[in-house]
Amino acid sequence: MTVNAIATAAYIIAALLFILALAGLSKHESAKNGLTYGIIGMALALLATGAVVINDATGGVGSGGGLAIVLMLCGVVVGALIGLQRARVVEMTGMPELIAMLHSFVGLAAVLIGWAGHRETVVVHLGEGYPQSLWNIHNAEIAIGIFIGAVTFTGSIVANLKLSAKIKSAPLMLLGKNAINIGSLIVFAALTGVYIVLDRHETGVSGTVVLALLTAVALFLGWHLVMSIGGGDMPVVVSMLNSYSGWAAAASGFLLNNDLLIVTGALVGSSGAYLSYIMCQAMNRSFISVIAGGFGIEAPAAKGEEEQGEIHEIKADSAAELLAGANSVVITPGYGMATAQAQHAVAELTKQLRAKGVEVRFGVHPVAGRLPGHMNVLLAEAKVPYDIVLEMDEINDDLASTDVVLVIGANDTVNPAASEDPSSPIAGMPVLTVWEAKDVIVFKRSMAAGYAGVQNPLFFRDNTQMLFGDAKDKVEEIVAALNR
Amino acid sequence: MLIGVTRETRPGETRVAATPTTVAQLLKLGYDVVVEAGAGALSSFADEAYVEAGARIGTAEDAWGADVVFRVNGPTVAEVARLRSGAYVTGLMAPAQSPELLEALAARGVTALAMDAVPRISRAQSLDVLSSMANIAGYRAVIEAAHHFGRFFTGQVTAAGKVPPAKVLIAGAGVAGLAAIGAASSLGAIVRATDPRPEVADQVKSLGGEYLPVVVPQEEQQVSSDGYAKATSEAYDAAAAQLYSDQAADVDIVVTTALIPGRAAPRLLTAADVASMKPGSVIVDMAAAMGGNVEGSVAGEVVTTDHGVTIIGYTDLAGRLPAQASQLYGTNLVNLAKLLTPGKDGRLVLDFEDVVQRGLTVTHERQVIWPPPPVQVSAAPAAPVAKPEPKPVKEPMSAQARLGWSLVAMLVFGAIVAWAPQPLPQHFTVLMLSIVIGYYVIGKVAHALHTPLMSVTNAISGVVVVGALLQLVTVTGDRTMQILAAIAVLLASINVFGGFAVTRRMLAMFSKGN
Repeated sequence: MTVNAIATAAYIIAALLFILALAGLSKHESAKNGLTYGIIGMALALLATGAVVINDATGGVGSGGGLAIVLMLCGVVVGALIGLQRARVVEMTGMPELIAMLHSFVGLAAVLIGWAGHRETVVVHLGEGYPQSLWNIHNAEIAIGIFIGAVTFTGSIVANLKLSAKIKSAPLMLLGKNAINIGSLIVFAALTGVYIVLDRHETGVSGTVVLALLTAVALFLGWHLVMSIGGGDMPVVVSMLNSYSGWAAAASGFLLNNDLLIVTGALVGSSGAYLSYIMCQAMNRSFISVIAGGFGIEAPAAKGEEEQGEIHEIKADSAAELLAGANSVVITPGYGMATAQAQHAVAELTKQLRAKGVEVRFGVHPVAGRLPGHMNVLLAEAKVPYDIVLEMDEINDDLASTDVVLVIGANDTVNPAASEDPSSPIAGMPVLTVWEAKDVIVFKRSMAAGYAGVQNPLFFRDNTQMLFGDAKDKVEEIVAALNR
Repeated sequence: MLIGVTRETRPGETRVAATPTTVAQLLKLGYDVVVEAGAGALSSFADEAYVEAGARIGTAEDAWGADVVFRVNGPTVAEVARLRSGAYVTGLMAPAQSPELLEALAARGVTALAMDAVPRISRAQSLDVLSSMANIAGYRAVIEAAHHFGRFFTGQVTAAGKVPPAKVLIAGAGVAGLAAIGAASSLGAIVRATDPRPEVADQVKSLGGEYLPVVVPQEEQQVSSDGYAKATSEAYDAAAAQLYSDQAADVDIVVTTALIPGRAAPRLLTAADVASMKPGSVIVDMAAAMGGNVEGSVAGEVVTTDHGVTIIGYTDLAGRLPAQASQLYGTNLVNLAKLLTPGKDGRLVLDFEDVVQRGLTVTHERQVIWPPPPVQVSAAPAAPVAKPEPKPVKEPMSAQARLGWSLVAMLVFGAIVAWAPQPLPQHFTVLMLSIVIGYYVIGKVAHALHTPLMSVTNAISGVVVVGALLQLVTVTGDRTMQILAAIAVLLASINVFGGFAVTRRMLAMFSKGN
């Protein structure tokens, strides 16, 4: 039994444990077990690989074996410290940024692995006695791996910057952006072909140049792809990048002949793709149209000033009165709750109302926030019990019999135009039907339109009252008024 | 400006046009308020409560002589003289029925705002007295019925035997009807409701009632090829009459709310229908003032037929809940004051460009300006706005097409794998099976756990660390490659540890309620 054979066995077990980890996440009750499976699987994979590295390095492969071990330990330890530190300090509202950043690391790692693979072919002269077809495949794998990795890398960096508001989240509108995207793909295919043909061991230098060009194209494509997508489509973008990071890992697996990487990459890849699909469904848009970006650009012209009307303003005191007199309250949070950091105040309000015997529940739209499930995490952070946080489909039927709905930082996800106005750009998007409730209180900074640039007729309904101001302050004022 | 709240003079009127709560709101708008002593007594609002809210208690002359006089019922012709010239007066004026009152008000130079002339458009709903009063009246109608009905509303099973629930029929599902449905069903009765508008079915259901549609027999509709509308309406009326007759024989309580603006109330129940009801049954005819929906009802009175059926014809149902009726009416007036006081400076400004303000103003500058020009539901479009094309609805692929495409895709994939040399086919096998597993496993993940799912997948995609580690020793002689691989190890490790740690943090936060 060689070390390599043991490692292979460990990889299979690790792959199984990863599957169990994802399966465990399907329910709250089993989620923690799932995480444990994942950690064990990863530990197994790391230990087995470490054993292989040490075995090979001490097996007299030549100089540098000791260095390999040192690099391994340094890399893992430093990486672990940075990772743990990041995980410890991150604000829950900052989860989308963190996750986007982590995606970029996988992408960059895949690029580096690809380049190292290229370097290997240059240095080792693999070509001697190596069949032509395998040689081609090896090069194609390098090219594809670097491409996916690079797109993931720059895409995730841009997503991170947009999510942390370091750059504007409005979509970048370059002329002929679709042509740019498709053109980049064509250039990539052409460069891959050239690289495969060119890169023999005797022409290593020119192969490097081609590969560098290819990397640059991929980096540009990743940047452009995410730059042209607006802030509200970020849930789709983040899960798409999640998917890409998986495919990047799978491509590395092909390159390195490692089944564990392929299995894991495929799991992550299909998971991200599935999440993107759910998000797109929740917005009633096709994946292509999200990726092509530029939502709501042609929309506002059609709407104009018509169908506006009078808004009813309410103050925190009256809102508190209304809430205290209600039997059932539903809170529909959106990204605005995250930006205002209002989740703790909302949780306090929930506690107060529940103590008064008011039934409080939350209705979460699938694309609320900037990350799939973002609102759930924020509410969980504020200690809102997860069994009163319901999905859109679970709560929609009950809204008609609800006394008061609080819309906190949500806009497009509660827009009646989606179901009532077939000419609206968001027509057909499933929304929370909050307007069916007896009273609706909308927390809003100003009368600005939502992400989609669509005016929201909800604000002008007679059963809607607007509570202007910072969501956190206003919720705190309501809590104070309730205590009086 | 000074608002005067007078005592109501109409016999039997229990309401008052302002409550301590609404007085406080009026003061916020910049007005001063004087309340005639004892104005709120019948609604259980003591003078002290008004003082506490910031109003002044004055004599009748003080209140009548104010700049704006708030009333529930409009002044009588005799009382017009008590108003100051140039003053405003608001209340229920019934402008269609009382032309001589309007003449008197105009002659006196008083601007009269008729709360019952508010245009019934959605923007004006907060001023709509008819709605707010109908709501109360509908509730009270059920209470009155329960009072005269000698039984439980709710069914009970007791040791002394079973009590069946009362059956209630509500005719007309407008504001009053819906309030009645809600009140009756919350008392535990079986509630049915009729209405010519089928779209109210959902509202009826939401309040716990059962909607009874008027089913017009198919043949009759088809026979009447000429005079379609009239014939249908005749067929409809016949079907409706049949429905009411059937229901009358079955139910214990009937509340009728059918009113047609400007016309006599439609007759829904005939004397024969009433006679077919069980003795002890109760009918509340909320349209009694307008002639009645029920044959034999008397406005303002309770009548018992020879068969022992009680017909209640009260016309002051809302006034029988005086405190709340006053509160809602007072709030309607506050909303009117808000509308007319754009500056919140206590100065009343009329803007006749606004259809609501124009509609409810019946006399102004010594002119009777009622009826107002008809309200245009939407501003006349200068040029029809080009409606954007509705988005084309995507047809879902047919089952055959889907099957066909799947087969084609699989064949292409199969061909690629067959052509590819080892070890590619083996890798593809692993890849494909993993994708399928991934799809099914992820499909079951709860929405709430999507963020932890992403951070876990993030962590496990850090498994590229394995690849990078192996590269560290593939060619130990090459420093460049080792450095590249080492950086990859570092990055991927951040992912592995960071991803798992943050997931752990998140999952620890999710907690179930007790």
